[in-house]
Amino acid sequence: MGALFEFLLRQGDNTLVLGHRVSEWCGTAPALEEDIALANTALDLIGQTKMWLGLAGEIEGKGRSADDLAYHRDVWDFRNLLLLERPNGDFGHTLLRQFLFDAFQVPSLRALQASSHPRVAEIAAKALKEALYHLERSRETVVALGDGTAQSNQIMQRALAALWPYTGEMFIADAVDDAMEAEGIAPALSALRPEWEALVRTVLAEAMLTVPEGDFAHQGGKSGKQHTEHLGHMLAAMQFLPRAYPDARW
Amino acid sequence: MAQASTDQASTDQIWAWLDEVPDPEIPVISVVDLGIVRGVEWEGDTLTIAVTPTYSGCPATSMIAMDIETALHAQGIARVAIKTQITPPWTSDWLSPKGRAKLESYDIAPPRAAGGPERCPRCQSTAVERISQFGSTPCKAQWRCTDCLEPFDYFKCI
Repeated sequence: MGALFEFLLRQGDNTLVLGHRVSEWCGTAPALEEDIALANTALDLIGQTKMWLGLAGEIEGKGRSADDLAYHRDVWDFRNLLLLERPNGDFGHTLLRQFLFDAFQVPSLRALQASSHPRVAEIAAKALKEALYHLERSRETVVALGDGTAQSNQIMQRALAALWPYTGEMFIADAVDDAMEAEGIAPALSALRPEWEALVRTVLAEAMLTVPEGDFAHQGGKSGKQHTEHLGHMLAAMQFLPRAYPDARW
Repeated sequence: MAQASTDQASTDQIWAWLDEVPDPEIPVISVVDLGIVRGVEWEGDTLTIAVTPTYSGCPATSMIAMDIETALHAQGIARVAIKTQITPPWTSDWLSPKGRAKLESYDIAPPRAAGGPERCPRCQSTAVERISQFGSTPCKAQWRCTDCLEPFDYFKCI
């Protein structure tokens, strides 16, 4: 049970942290259409969070709701990938991060549809449709910006250099991942990598971007051992209201 | 519960009532047209309505549940339970033919498997182009007609 709870936190914290980051663009994106697209993407991710963290709370069995888990845990209890908590940077940086994650999320959710845990399979089937839609857009935008002007290409190349060392964490399995695989709840992370690599390399080539060399991977996010300093600042903004006004209700 | 079953409205009648509950974002179609009502069942004297969300983060979901309850209370049903059901996940294929026609008359192009609208809902021209994959609600995208130059909503196909 402990491992399943951890696994569900990882799923829910990934979508929560990315969803919050993406929502930070609301009202400030470079064009109205992009602003709306970002807000809608954030909304999907936060909706998925409600399902993942809701189930996590049920599995934990201590009466914690999705909101309790989202708003009343501190940095060290979060289990998201480091990639997703980094500040947004510019628009291209944000969309490149989205693409690198969407390209992982699609094969991951597709495999989770066959999970031995029926509730996990249900959530994955629901979220997959949204993830496919996100991937379509993030992929197109990365190509448009990478293969745009000399300046936009340079900006995207710089973003790729910054983000690439954060992608490896998606595929580094630990005891939680091994337990989930053994129970048939989740696929082996190593099994997801070939599809991710193939898609990412194809799209980046199409976008005229050069994949950095080396396989150094920052880690510590999904285990909770060492988040970046950025997560605490993000949580301060995200959690302020329910912490200052614990009785606040929609 | 000793309530006689003859006092209870038939499920057909309830479906008909639900077909008069408008979607809060696109009021021209009903929640039944939208395909989000997945089941109607009496359990004792409680009427259970299974509702599925269109998009997992759609802010209209809780309002839809409230509208359904209010409409059924107005028909004299005292106990209504709304059950959220996510399996099978909602698809735009569940839009009713009536709902599709109403969408178009409301200037929203209905979804198509091809991934884009067949024609401009205003002037019927097939010369259309995408502005954005997303729109004013989670279920819509923005397109434009290159003949009459009007932008319009397209109901996303998922």
